[in-house]
Amino acid sequence: MNIPAELKYARTHEWARLEADGTVTVGITDHAQEALGDIVFLELPEPGRRVKAGEECAVVESVKAASDIYAPVGGEIVAANQDAVDAPESVNQDAYATWLFRIRPDDAAELGGLLDAGDYARVAESA
Amino acid sequence: MGNRTPLHDTHVAAGAKIVDFAGWDMPIHYGSQIAEHHAVRRDAGMFDVSHMLAIDLEGPEARPWLRRLLANDVGRLGAAGKALYSCMLRDDGGVIDDLIVYFLSPTRYRIVVNAGTADKDLAWMRARAEGAGLMLVPRRDLAMIAVQGPRARERFWAAFPALRAATEPLAAFQGGEADGWFVARTGYTGEDGFEVTVPAAAAPAAWHALQAAGVTPCGLGARDTLRLEAGMNLYGQDMDEAVGPVESGLAWTVDLRDADRDFVGRRALAARPPERQLVGLVLEDKGILRAHQRVICGAGEGETTSGSYAPTLDRSVALARVPVAVRPGDEALVEVRGKMLRARVVRPPFARHGKAMI
Repeated sequence: MNIPAELKYARTHEWARLEADGTVTVGITDHAQEALGDIVFLELPEPGRRVKAGEECAVVESVKAASDIYAPVGGEIVAANQDAVDAPESVNQDAYATWLFRIRPDDAAELGGLLDAGDYARVAESA
Repeated sequence: MGNRTPLHDTHVAAGAKIVDFAGWDMPIHYGSQIAEHHAVRRDAGMFDVSHMLAIDLEGPEARPWLRRLLANDVGRLGAAGKALYSCMLRDDGGVIDDLIVYFLSPTRYRIVVNAGTADKDLAWMRARAEGAGLMLVPRRDLAMIAVQGPRARERFWAAFPALRAATEPLAAFQGGEADGWFVARTGYTGEDGFEVTVPAAAAPAAWHALQAAGVTPCGLGARDTLRLEAGMNLYGQDMDEAVGPVESGLAWTVDLRDADRDFVGRRALAARPPERQLVGLVLEDKGILRAHQRVICGAGEGETTSGSYAPTLDRSVALARVPVAVRPGDEALVEVRGKMLRARVVRPPFARHGKAMI
C-alpha cells in the first residue's frame, strides 16, 4: 500500500500536507482511489468557503459511486485544483500528486489530531 | 463466501477485483472499468456470465407450454437455434424475470435466466410444469463466456478456427451447437459478438485462448455501463415484479398477435393501461446520475432506475420511469445530491455499435 510517511491522514481516507505558507493541501489516498475505481467527476469547494474539521466539502464520483470528501482541518478554502476537475482520472494515476483543495487552517494544531502513516495503514488494512 | 463460477480462479490470478453480485463472487474489473468498456465498443472484450443459469426444457408439450409461460411468442421461432428475448410475467402482469429462450427442436428449448432470480424462476416454472410431461434441467455444469465487440467474432475464430464453419453463418439472435459447445450471436452490450456456453471444465482454457487471440477480459462494471448505453434493462434495477413490461420499455417483447394465446399476465396487461414508461435521460449539467433520483418533467414526476457515467459519450445518462405523457426532447430536472440538474429526455439506446446514438 502506498502511504507516504511525510503526510497526515484522516480516517475518512483524505491526506493532508502542511505547506510552508501555512496552508494545508488535501487529497484522497491511494487506497481510496483504488477502492473507488475509475474516477470520472469531481466537485470541489469554492475558494472563500469556511469549513469545519470533518465537514463534507467535496465529492469524488467514480463510475461506481459518489463519495463525500471531508475537510481534515477547519478553516477557509483558499484554492481548488481545476486541473483535477478537468482530468478526474489523474486522481487514479497519482492520488498524492493530484491535490483537491487547500485550506488556511484556523488552528494548525488540528493537524496533530490526524493519523500518521503507520496508523493510517492499519485503518486502510481493516477497511 | 459466495457462489463461484468455473472461472473464479482465472479471474483472481488475473488480478480481478471481486465483488458480490446476486450471491456470486464476480469480477467487477481487472484494473480499469472504463478501459474494458472501450475495449468492447472498439475491439473485443469478454465477460464471465456463468452466474446466469441455463435451463434445458424437453418434452412433446414444450412449445405450447412456453407459449403460455412467456409474454413473447416462441411460436415465431421457426429455424433451429433461433433465440427470443422475453419477459416471464406473474398473473398480475409484474415481471418475474427477463430471459432468452433458444429453440433447439420442437420438443427441446434452452432458457437462460438471470443469476439473482434463477431459483425463483425455476420454482415458478416447475410449479407450472407439473403434469405437463416436461423435463426442466438446470445446467450448473456449464460455463458461459460472452465475447463482445466489433472484432469479437474474428478474434473468436482466431482462437477456435475449427468452429468458424459452424458459427460464421449464425445471424443475430441465432445459436448453434458446435463440438459440444453452444455458440449464439447474442449479447448484452449493444455490440456484435457471441455468447459461448461450454462444459465447466473447458472454461478456463477457452478463456485463455480468447485472451491470447486479443480479447480483453472485462468485469461486470463494464458490462453494466455497456448495457446502460445500449438501453437494455437490468432486472432488479430497471424492472421487477412491481412493474409490467410495457412500463419497462419492453412492449415490443409482448406478442399480442395471436388473440387465442392466453399467456400468464395477458389479462392483467389488457385490463390496466400503463401510467408510466421507461425513458432515457442525458445529463446536460455537470455531474453523474445514479439510480433512485427524483425526476421532474413538465408532464409529471418520476425516478431514475439506473444511472452512470457513460464512457462512450463522456457524459452521464440514466434510465428513468416517468409518466406516459413525457416525450423525447422534453426537458427534465433531476435531483442529484440536493441540487436540481438539467437533463434531456431521449429514446434509448444511447450508444450501440461503437457510436453515440443521441
